[in-house]
Amino acid sequence: MSILIDKSTTFIVQGITGREAVNLTRECLDFGSKIVGGVTPGRKGREVHGVPVFDTVAQVVEHNGGAVPDGSVVTVPPAFTKDAVFEALEAGIGLVVIVTERIPRRDVAQMVELADLRGARIIGPNCLGLIVPGVAKMGGIGGPAKDAAKAYGPGRVGVMSRSGGMTTEISSTLTAAGLGVSTAISIGGDAIIGSAYAELMPLFEADEQTEAIVIYTEPGGRMEAQLSEWVAEHDSRLPIVAFMAGRFMDSEEMKGMSFGHAGTIVEGKEDTAAQKIERLQAAGIQVVERIDEIPDAVKARLHEGAA
Amino acid sequence: MRTDALFIGIEIDDEAAKDTALAAKLEEVCPVDIYAQAADGTAQIVAVNVDECVLCRLCLDASPDGAVRVLKLYEDGAEL
Amino acid sequence: MRFYEYEAREIVKRAGIPVTDYGFTADAGEAGQIAERIGGSTVIKSQVLTGGRMKAGGVKFADTPGEAEAHAADILKLEINGHAARGVLVDPRAQVKQEYYAGVVWDGTAKKPLILFSDMGGIDIEQVAEEHPDHVGRAHVPTLLPVSDFHAKQAIAGAGVTGRQMQRLIPIVSRLAQLFQTDDMTLAEINPLAELEDGSFVALDAHMEMEKEAEGRQRELLRALGIADDEERDGHEPSTFESAVSAIDAADHRGVIQGKDTGFHGDLGLVIGAGGGSLTLTDAVQSVGGSPANYSEIGGNPSVAKACGLAKAVLQKDGVEKIAVMMSIVSNTRVDIVARGVIKACIELGKDPAETISVFRIPGAWEEEGFKILRRYGVEHFDRSVSMHEAAQRAVDKIQGTTAP
Repeated sequence: MSILIDKSTTFIVQGITGREAVNLTRECLDFGSKIVGGVTPGRKGREVHGVPVFDTVAQVVEHNGGAVPDGSVVTVPPAFTKDAVFEALEAGIGLVVIVTERIPRRDVAQMVELADLRGARIIGPNCLGLIVPGVAKMGGIGGPAKDAAKAYGPGRVGVMSRSGGMTTEISSTLTAAGLGVSTAISIGGDAIIGSAYAELMPLFEADEQTEAIVIYTEPGGRMEAQLSEWVAEHDSRLPIVAFMAGRFMDSEEMKGMSFGHAGTIVEGKEDTAAQKIERLQAAGIQVVERIDEIPDAVKARLHEGAA
Repeated sequence: MRTDALFIGIEIDDEAAKDTALAAKLEEVCPVDIYAQAADGTAQIVAVNVDECVLCRLCLDASPDGAVRVLKLYEDGAEL
Repeated sequence: MRFYEYEAREIVKRAGIPVTDYGFTADAGEAGQIAERIGGSTVIKSQVLTGGRMKAGGVKFADTPGEAEAHAADILKLEINGHAARGVLVDPRAQVKQEYYAGVVWDGTAKKPLILFSDMGGIDIEQVAEEHPDHVGRAHVPTLLPVSDFHAKQAIAGAGVTGRQMQRLIPIVSRLAQLFQTDDMTLAEINPLAELEDGSFVALDAHMEMEKEAEGRQRELLRALGIADDEERDGHEPSTFESAVSAIDAADHRGVIQGKDTGFHGDLGLVIGAGGGSLTLTDAVQSVGGSPANYSEIGGNPSVAKACGLAKAVLQKDGVEKIAVMMSIVSNTRVDIVARGVIKACIELGKDPAETISVFRIPGAWEEEGFKILRRYGVEHFDRSVSMHEAAQRAVDKIQGTTAP
């Protein structure tokens, strides 16, 4: 099995006629995903790689005989993202992947608040989406289907990452080591995101295919602290291995600067790499120093669990 | 005519370059603006953009066989 | 964007929060006139975008307009932490009975704004939270539903404040929570929020930061504050390298490049990407004993010219002889395009790519084509079977001369 999406998951692409969206649509279709429509206001009647384009989400639903798609990938400019996400949520869509970056936090908070009211889930913003190796992908994660297939082999490890590119690097390493990936999620690089590690853990916990978790993390924010608290409160069956990037940002000269992603700015003591590593380790989460150490660390933890 | 940059060379058959319809087509299809239609309607090669070629073949698909050649100079001039 | 105190006070005032009858000027003579108008004792405060004003002598008290003018002249000349003063704020010296703290920040875990309130104002809130947790009240506010006074009331009650003070504080804190959202702030702080001897409340200092991503839609407010559309306030002056990379990035819409060298003093030039990959690789170089000359990011499939521009900017930094070109597995950015860009940079600067590029480790999209180019120029390159750390190790070994080239 997998989490969030499987082979029957249907989704739409909002902003489907944009350059990146056209590529992403091609990649997802080639990978086996079911895209049932696209939305770009004023472009009704067009097609993108055979996917019909509509002006509104309601029109897609109508076109599909009243069936509400399971998900939506939103890739529209930042000023229009909130409206697009509200439209998806009010149409009853349960899973919204927001690719767009540089969305003001107030908008993100409002989207999350509405999703909570509607019982829906948001992944992102500023993310590449998620992938179930060999089954489906939702978003640009892993790139063209053949590249995605090369980096993501089906397997036992769930991956969550604040960096889209590093999701692929880590998954490729796990695949090369024979461990493979159950579901990999690019959760987004912003300070406020729809689903943080701790909020996805219960899904992995319930997924029989997943036997271990690998996370990629960075300075800034306190979602690692939140994960540590989750682990402490729940008797999780899943060993977790973490990789922390951006240790160089702890240097005094880098204070107050942001690198890589908007969310990395170190605002308080708790945000630094050193503090986060300490906190993760205190919760029993193993923190490795190098990406190439991840497979052995996972294998060792799986072996411990089996013994 | 032929223009060689560092990595890519572009050659347009001299007769084909005079075809104004082809010149317009080449200017339209190239995503990195390697071709431009001159004031007299003929096809020109924009030298500064030649190395930006993304090997998409759109110019080859848009022109008759042999009219345009895209050469990979890093591969001993292998034709795309 | 970080605001000067005089701007932050204006923001607070616009939201209907009482402030003192202060004045701002960049002229010492005018400071004296403002003091004259205010009458009585005044405080002269340096307007700089940095902390520690008091310690550095950037805040002085004056009893007469003449004294105010003299202090203003001194303060205008004073540099604090490398920052020149934008001007001075002349403030009446208030008769303070009690200092409070009110602030609003984003709580990324709750994904909502968080009001922080304390009856121990005038000092750093983090210190109060650590030493006197019972004196800090907190309350989250919604973003879809309107902010209501009861949210402010909860935060005030949480700090143990009640009575007439609470009644007076509720509208102030509530307005602060509202302006935090309507003005797209990431930090909105009044410290101290003072209760005066006559029982009234005023904001005696304010600290505001606006989210960069929202500056476009807050133009009206920014213009009203006298801030030009192109005014940059990064907190630090961009270096020559940083400005050069920004200019290259702005000149071409294809892909994104970034470069920073503030705080980097090494000799190994880094042409790396993307977001997470750059963080990982910078750490990797340092962890194997290397010393980066800069940080950089390549993303979103840049043009050859852009990749070339970044590599050139790195190679033109003082003391940089070699660059390492490394990324995590790419799926959008193309290996061959980056390979062309970095080789072109070497050639245009009259350098041998095989000598100058210590390693090239970018696996992924179009790698077969990219590796053909790299082979032709004799550049050492790796596919995904060589890890990011192994590539970093190789680059550092080469620059330190511990390995045959």
